[in-house]
Amino acid sequence: MGLLAAGPGPGRGMGTMPELSAGDTAWMLIATALVLFMTPGLAFFYGGMVRAKNVLGMLMQNFFAMGLLGVLWAVVGFTLAFGNFGDGGWIGNLGWLGLKGVGPTTTILGQGHPISLSLTIPFILFATYQMTFAIITPALITGATADRFKFSAYAIFIGVWLIVVYAPVAHWVFGGGWLAQLGALDFAGGAVVHINAGAAALALCLLLGRRRGWPKELMHPHSLPWTLIGTGILWFGWAGFNAGSALSANGVAAQALYNTFIAASAAMLGWLLVERIKDGKATTLGAASGAVAGLVAITPCAGFVSGMSPIVIGFATGMVCFLAISLKYRFGYDDSLDVVGVHLVGGLMGSILLGLFADKAVNSAGADGLLFGGGPTLLGHQVVASLAVFTFSFVVSLALAKALDLTIGIRVSQDDEQEGLDLSQHAESAYSVS
Amino acid sequence: MKLITAIIKPFKLDEVKEALKDIGVTGLTVSEARGFGRQGGHTELYRGAEYSIDFMPKVRLEMVVADREEVERIVNVLAAAARTGKIGDGKVWVSEVEWLVRIRTGEMNDDAI
Repeated sequence: MGLLAAGPGPGRGMGTMPELSAGDTAWMLIATALVLFMTPGLAFFYGGMVRAKNVLGMLMQNFFAMGLLGVLWAVVGFTLAFGNFGDGGWIGNLGWLGLKGVGPTTTILGQGHPISLSLTIPFILFATYQMTFAIITPALITGATADRFKFSAYAIFIGVWLIVVYAPVAHWVFGGGWLAQLGALDFAGGAVVHINAGAAALALCLLLGRRRGWPKELMHPHSLPWTLIGTGILWFGWAGFNAGSALSANGVAAQALYNTFIAASAAMLGWLLVERIKDGKATTLGAASGAVAGLVAITPCAGFVSGMSPIVIGFATGMVCFLAISLKYRFGYDDSLDVVGVHLVGGLMGSILLGLFADKAVNSAGADGLLFGGGPTLLGHQVVASLAVFTFSFVVSLALAKALDLTIGIRVSQDDEQEGLDLSQHAESAYSVS
Repeated sequence: MKLITAIIKPFKLDEVKEALKDIGVTGLTVSEARGFGRQGGHTELYRGAEYSIDFMPKVRLEMVVADREEVERIVNVLAAAARTGKIGDGKVWVSEVEWLVRIRTGEMNDDAI
């Protein structure tokens, strides 16, 4: 987040709230709506890629996340992630349980702590903006577990995951926790969102096992038009995801907006180039996937780079992620919709490349990367942050899923899988003849 | 009564329908089908994974005609309209209908055609 200030909070008298900025607030209201829209966008991005008998299963998992995780965030998620703000620690507290004390005025978070954040927008808006991130991060996992995750197990898993994985990791980075204090940079959630969800996705698809018939059986996308609509919504909403992480309507937000869009463009070209060379055709799914890979990679970098950097970051990630999606065939794990190949690998690309391309001239709250005179320090921090988030998320997600598997079972029965999730889990059919 | 069934290439449907109307065929049922004979399928590509699709989209036409009608003429007109000369043009066949009922009125057999 661009506004964290290292050192004790501003030397104002106690009880003086920062002035509310109408411009910042207006923008953040819109940014919050944009990011929320990304979850339905994700639902269709994934939904189009699964077989028709499973499309409602996929949509339901994502829409349900909007329900359950919204409420959980308000009740306990926000306070666990953002309590103890700026303490350089591992978890928040229960001071804002049920969003008590989180209201329409501005506030200074972490006053007196090593890291503080002076809001120019209503505190409740900050919490709501963060809620949209908390909703979409677990939802990303659904792509890897497509077509075989029992709905009841999924519902419990994401609820608990929000509290035991997302909230701590969010605290480490967004909440001024130990990774923020270390000096690792993550503007909008390359680690908190993408490496985090990607690691969990990997753990889950390993535990769930492969879909019946994978990889020999034909399981092609049933509606790429849905996937492309979803891609458009994601790309559009990412303006709120990245530029909104500036928490202000200012130059950093503007730079982040440009970086976000151009990285998507460049990544699409990178992906299509490799695809054309390797497989002989440039595909619509490739164009969509490439753009998303670029958006993922630029997420940690968005408010810290400028010029040609986002183009290089995007283009490189488009190429690398295309190659990464074949890893699942090489190693035999069914990452159905390439959450690992795009979000984990893309998130790692962006977080590590930030160690090269970060430029303090863009954002004084950032740092200089290797190519901008900062030496290897930032790069080292980025590697540490990436490894820490990956390891924590992978291990805890695996343990949580295993516990669920031993109690209620996480995979649907063979018959249910054959019949499809829509009918077996929800007694519904997406495309009736009449 | 005879049932004439034809499997043809989808883009030929309009031409076949017009040709049949021109010789007085009054009723037709059309459905989507997939199939292959000697025609090979095609390959589809999704994120680096190649899938061999054997089945080609086809259209099935069905019509019930009275024995006295020129079944042979209908079959010839249909085949001529559906023909491209390339592999995959399809097939027409004729089978016997035992019993026919018009649902609206209950008329049967020749009265139901």
